[in-house]
Amino acid sequence: MASLIRARGLIKRFGDFTAVDGIDVDVRRGEAFGFLGPNGAGKSSTMRMIGCVSPPSGGVLEILGLDPVRDGPAIRAKLGVCPQLDNLDIELTVRENLTTYARFFGIARKVARRRADELLEFVQLTERADSKVEPLSGGMKRRLTIARALVNEPEIVLLDEPTTGLDPQARHLVWERLFRLKQQGVTLVLTTHYMDEAEQLCDRLVVMDGGRIAAEGSPRELIERYSTREVVELRFNAESQEPYASKLEGVGERLEVLPDRVLLYVADGDEAVAEVHRRSLSPASVLVRRSSLEDVFLRLTGRTLVE
Amino acid sequence: MLAVLEYHLVNYRRTWRGSALSSLVLPLLTMLGFGVGVGSYVAGGVDGVSYLDWIVPGLIASTAMQTAIGESTWPVLSAFEWLKTYFAQAAAPLRVADILGGHLAFMLFRVLISAVAFLAIALAFGTLHSWWSPVALIVAMLVGLSVAAPTAAYAATISSDSYLAILLRFAVLPMSLFSGVFFPVESLPVVLRWIAYALPLWHGVDLSRDATLGLDPGWLGLVHAAYLIAWCAAGCWLAHRRYRRRLVI
Repeated sequence: MASLIRARGLIKRFGDFTAVDGIDVDVRRGEAFGFLGPNGAGKSSTMRMIGCVSPPSGGVLEILGLDPVRDGPAIRAKLGVCPQLDNLDIELTVRENLTTYARFFGIARKVARRRADELLEFVQLTERADSKVEPLSGGMKRRLTIARALVNEPEIVLLDEPTTGLDPQARHLVWERLFRLKQQGVTLVLTTHYMDEAEQLCDRLVVMDGGRIAAEGSPRELIERYSTREVVELRFNAESQEPYASKLEGVGERLEVLPDRVLLYVADGDEAVAEVHRRSLSPASVLVRRSSLEDVFLRLTGRTLVE
Repeated sequence: MLAVLEYHLVNYRRTWRGSALSSLVLPLLTMLGFGVGVGSYVAGGVDGVSYLDWIVPGLIASTAMQTAIGESTWPVLSAFEWLKTYFAQAAAPLRVADILGGHLAFMLFRVLISAVAFLAIALAFGTLHSWWSPVALIVAMLVGLSVAAPTAAYAATISSDSYLAILLRFAVLPMSLFSGVFFPVESLPVVLRWIAYALPLWHGVDLSRDATLGLDPGWLGLVHAAYLIAWCAAGCWLAHRRYRRRLVI
C-alpha cells in the first residue's frame, strides 16, 4: 500500500548546520510511527517539514501523495498538529479555543460547536468547557491541544513530544487517549525521548541521531536486533567498577561498565548470575531484567551527553 | 483571512467594553483639556478657525495612529514570542498572507472604532464644519494601516519588548509631536519639518483637517493619499516578508 508519508534522502539545513541529513521514512495508514532520539537529533525539524511549515532543503518528501511546498495548505487541511510547546489561546475559553481553530479549516460554526463538544468529551474536559485556559493544569492543556489537533478530523496527527513535562497520571491519560485514536484508525506520528512512551504507542519507529536514522523497526525487532533478551545489572562495593570487566569476560554477549554498575547483556539472566557466582564474584546487588528500548537507544545513540 | 479576523474579534469580545469606553473618554478629555484649557490661551485660533476646531481633526488622525501602534506592537510580539498563537495558525491551512491580513484587518477595525468614537464626540461639541467630515474616517484607516503594517513588520523582527520602547520613544513620540497635530508644521525648523513630511502621520492630519473644516485639499490631497498608500503597500510587503521568515523556516 502507498505510504501516507514518504521521505527519500530528506535534508534540512539551517545555514551551515544540517539538522536532518538524508533520511528515508515511510509511514503507512493507520499505524503509530515514532521518531526517537536525543535532543538535537533532528526529530522536531523532521516533524516541521512533515507539518508543511518548513520547506525541505533537499531530497523528496510526499505527504498524502502531495508536495508540501506546493500544496502546503491542502496537506495541512488534513493534518492535526500537537506542538511541543502548547500554543493555546490563554485568553479564550476551552471551547472557544476549539471553535475558533475549527474556523481556520473552513468548518461551519454550527459544526465547529458540535465537534468541540464531542472532542471535549473525548479528552475529558467537558466540565471545563467554559473556563479560561490559563488556570488549567499542564495535563489539561496538553489534552486540549490534542483535541484542537483533532478538530478537522485529520488523517494524520503529528505529536511532538506529547507527554514531556506531564506527571505520571496525566501521561497515562494522554497515552490512553492516543491509543483510542489509533484504534479508530487515525495515523499517529510522534516524537519522543521517552522509551516507555515509544514502547506503549509505536507500531514502528526510527531512532535518530545526529540527523540520520540509526535504526528502524518495531520496538520488539529493535530490541532483538540491538540488544539481548535480558540484562543483568551488577553493583560492586568498590571505588571503581572497571576492574570487574575482565573478570566478567565472556559471561554475556556484551558488557558495559558504568560508573556505578556493570551491565551484562545476556540471553538468560539467571544462568549469567550463576556464572558470576561460579567465578567467586560477590556483587553487592544483582538485578535481572528484560531488555528494553532504552538499552537499544543508549547503545545506538551513546551514553555521552551531547549538548 | 476572514477566519483569522473572526478569531481576533472573538478574542476582543472579552475586553471590548473597557476599550470602547476608553475610546470615548480620550476624546472627551481632549475636548475639555484643549478646547477649554489650552484653547483659551490661543486666543486668535489657527488659520482663522478656533484652536479646538483646528486641533480635533489632527487628533482623530493621531488617535488612529496611536491605536494602530498599540495593536501592532505588543500583540504581534506576543503572538510570535510569548503565546505563539501565530504558529498555531500556521499549522492550519492558512497562508502567511491570511495570518497577517486577518490581524491587520482586526487592527483596522480597532482604528475605525476609535475614530468613529472621536468623530461622534467632536460632532457633539460642534467642532465639525463640513459634510465631508466622514472622510476623516477613511483617512484614519489609511493612517492606521500605514503605521500598523510597518510596525507589525518591526515587531516580527525583534525578540524582546525593550525594542518596542525604542520604537515608541524615537519614532512614535516625535511623529505625534511634529506632525502638525498641535501646531502647524510651518512653525518647525526646516529639518524637523522634513521629518514630518517623511512620516505618514502629517499627511493624514492634513487630509483629516481638510475634511472636517471643509477645505479644498487640491492636488496636495492626492499627494497625501498616494504617499499614505505607498506606506501601506511597503509596510504590508515588508510585514509579509518578516512574517514569512518567522513562520516558514
